[in-house]
Amino acid sequence: MSTAAPTWSVGDRHSEVLVENLTRTQIVMYAGASGDFSPIHTDGVYATEVAGYPSVFAHGMLTMALTSTMLTDWLGAGSLRTYGGRFLNQVWPGDTLSATAEVVAYRPHTADSDGQSDSTGEVDLEISTTNQDGTEVFRATATARVVA
Amino acid sequence: MTTRTFTVEAGLIHLFTEAIGDTNPVHHDRDEAVDAGFDDVLAPPTFAQASAHFDPNYPGRPTHGEPWIGSGKSATGTPPAILSGGTEMHAEQHFEYHLPMTAGQKLTIETANGESWEKQSKRAGTLHFSERIHTYRNADGERVLTIREVGVRTERSVESDVEGRDQ
Repeated sequence: MSTAAPTWSVGDRHSEVLVENLTRTQIVMYAGASGDFSPIHTDGVYATEVAGYPSVFAHGMLTMALTSTMLTDWLGAGSLRTYGGRFLNQVWPGDTLSATAEVVAYRPHTADSDGQSDSTGEVDLEISTTNQDGTEVFRATATARVVA
Repeated sequence: MTTRTFTVEAGLIHLFTEAIGDTNPVHHDRDEAVDAGFDDVLAPPTFAQASAHFDPNYPGRPTHGEPWIGSGKSATGTPPAILSGGTEMHAEQHFEYHLPMTAGQKLTIETANGESWEKQSKRAGTLHFSERIHTYRNADGERVLTIREVGVRTERSVESDVEGRDQ
């Protein structure tokens, strides 16, 4: 039975650059993969002349997906139990996005029926994704199963 | 409540993860996924969005033979009367994962309306929020995924603060 100190602590942080200089092509790739072809994301003529935006902008779900990749690269594929957030500001072609996740709670797995403690636990995370100007574009929380 | 089906396919998982830059081999290679303990190629956390491809009534995709809102000869393909200055936007998305979503699963998606509410925003006018709950079940009826989706319809186009956070 291991008595090793937990490797997860409240306040642990992880940061990554999610995308540099987001291209219109990547937005179109996401449209094609997700099935959301809304012209505010895919059609510059419509986005500017009809909808009144400076250009097309990224799907909020693209930002959420880019942020999720940081989480699963860090914590492991299939580790998320919950993941949810709010889209706060739009993401434009040319933007560079960075995200930071912070551990706000850690729950080591309690002993199971035969008295043996396994090596897993759960972390609660607060996540913030910002653009190159430091403007927050997406704010999320997540819970993940982790190996201690 | 509406119900539709969604078969999880490895090819679509590959396209989706290419688009989001997720190179983890468990999303691209069945053997790697099985070695990692999954039944087949694993869908990434937000992959359920791609079920829109198989929703016959999904509004974000042109329907063959019908006018589309986007540009062609003119800046929009629908008569101006249909257009308002406002925009339908995605405000929030919340995923709850119950079981791994993997290639080959034949899922049933139940969609139900949740709460709806309004908020005032200086820039966007009245914001109309509405919630939809999507429950994804496998062939055994077990829940694989639950999604709570919040949409917002604005009176005017806005470049930010769809949440009305400027209040």
